[in-house]
Amino acid sequence: MLLLQIDWAFILEKLILIAVILGASFGVAAYATWGERKVAAVMQDRIGPDRAGPFGLLQPLADGLKLFFKEEIIPDRSTRTVFILAPALFMLTALMTSAVIPWGPDIITANGHISLQVADINIGILYIFGVVSVGVYGIMLGGWASNNKYSLLSSIRAASQAISYELALGLSLIALLMATGSLSMTEIVKQQHGFWDGGWFTWYFFKQPLGFLIFLVCSFAELNRAPFDMPEAESELNMGYHLEYSSMKLGMFLFAEYINMFITSAVLATLFFGGYNFPFMDNVSAWLQDVLPVAHSAVFAAICVLVLLTKIVGFILFFMFIRWTLPRFRYDQLMNLGWKSLIPLALVNMIITGAVILWVFKS
Amino acid sequence: MTFGERIYLPAILKGLRITVGHIFRKPATVKYPEEKRPFSPVFRGLHVLNRDEEGRERCTACGLCALACPAEAITMEAAERKPGEEHLYREEKYAAKYEINMLRCIFCGYCEEACPKDAVYLSETVMPSNYTRRSFIYKKEDLLIPHPKKQEQAG
Repeated sequence: MLLLQIDWAFILEKLILIAVILGASFGVAAYATWGERKVAAVMQDRIGPDRAGPFGLLQPLADGLKLFFKEEIIPDRSTRTVFILAPALFMLTALMTSAVIPWGPDIITANGHISLQVADINIGILYIFGVVSVGVYGIMLGGWASNNKYSLLSSIRAASQAISYELALGLSLIALLMATGSLSMTEIVKQQHGFWDGGWFTWYFFKQPLGFLIFLVCSFAELNRAPFDMPEAESELNMGYHLEYSSMKLGMFLFAEYINMFITSAVLATLFFGGYNFPFMDNVSAWLQDVLPVAHSAVFAAICVLVLLTKIVGFILFFMFIRWTLPRFRYDQLMNLGWKSLIPLALVNMIITGAVILWVFKS
Repeated sequence: MTFGERIYLPAILKGLRITVGHIFRKPATVKYPEEKRPFSPVFRGLHVLNRDEEGRERCTACGLCALACPAEAITMEAAERKPGEEHLYREEKYAAKYEINMLRCIFCGYCEEACPKDAVYLSETVMPSNYTRRSFIYKKEDLLIPHPKKQEQAG
């Protein structure tokens, strides 16, 4: 009797959606590694990988297989359980954040709505923020469990960088919340419908430009990406929190960084650039209803997903351009920027937003 | 620092303009082995053992190239020319075994300068790669140029 009471259709639908999103995350992250090398190459007047398959497209496969075939070395005096757990934790938190991002509008079928968002919780942004904070544990535990002084120092620096910039991140989000009035991601995307609503642009990039700037800078720091890549640089220059890792555990750390980049781009696109909304979307929807009376909702949802993916790819390219342009921050410069510049700036942003809402919109 | 310098943003945008500008330039890469860089006429590549106009081997196994080689890459064993072999070798002494260890060779060209018979030359060929160390010891057969009359078709 219990088996009949469970809503199997719902579970199946969600499982398929989760599988598709996970597959897409892995695919985008793998080809982000390829894209990174190609973008770095064209910015440096050379060609990137072009031998492994046409245009080097099989290069991520080659890299993944190489990492699988390498020897697993676990240091003798490390804490074994935590050592193996740390990259798994990092990867887990990277993948978990993809659950609340609305990938497209609902598909209306004969049976009901198929939602393209795995979990439509009404504290969407807070969930993402919380999971990203837990991701810092992966780095901390990785450095600690290596039983290596230098790994520990590097992971402490990485963790302190992450928590300093999380403060400014949260404060800039508060200003955004004052404007949206809701934490739910679907709600925020619905408020950014279209592009122009007769008075001003609907996308929050135009309503919260300073907040966007602060969020962008802090997301660079959260991703450990240049110019804030002190933890990553240390592992290339001296030591780092993934010094003692080899083979697929190292692969997990490196891959989870790219998945984080993908998800952060998705969050940026959803919060500030309208998610899956695009200009003239109502006209396109009406045209599709005339042309394809049967499957118009699914085709429209597919177009919206493509638009969101285009925005994500644009952000990923922007992250890569910045990485290969700017030099690295020194640790004290990084801390100064986080605590002494970004937090006051985010507070000022909050005050300005509050003042504008109170006196200009009188609500 | 001025305000414009302290907010970092104008400097970042200037830097971005430079690097993004580089995207639209031609890359400087030479796609070897499809394209090759042109070599100068005195490029020192793989060794060849020369023959004279009638096809006889010039090398007399005098050992001057082995003596001149700073890496001690050349070894040889001499042999005496038998009466019926005048068309094969120029002089009475010839090299029965002549081996150059390409892994030791530094392609300096001293052997070419030292040879009194113009037998050893460094050609334009770049050394190909291989898997075992043994296959890098080039024997006389690998080094000799083809016979000008008999192997014209093969050359």
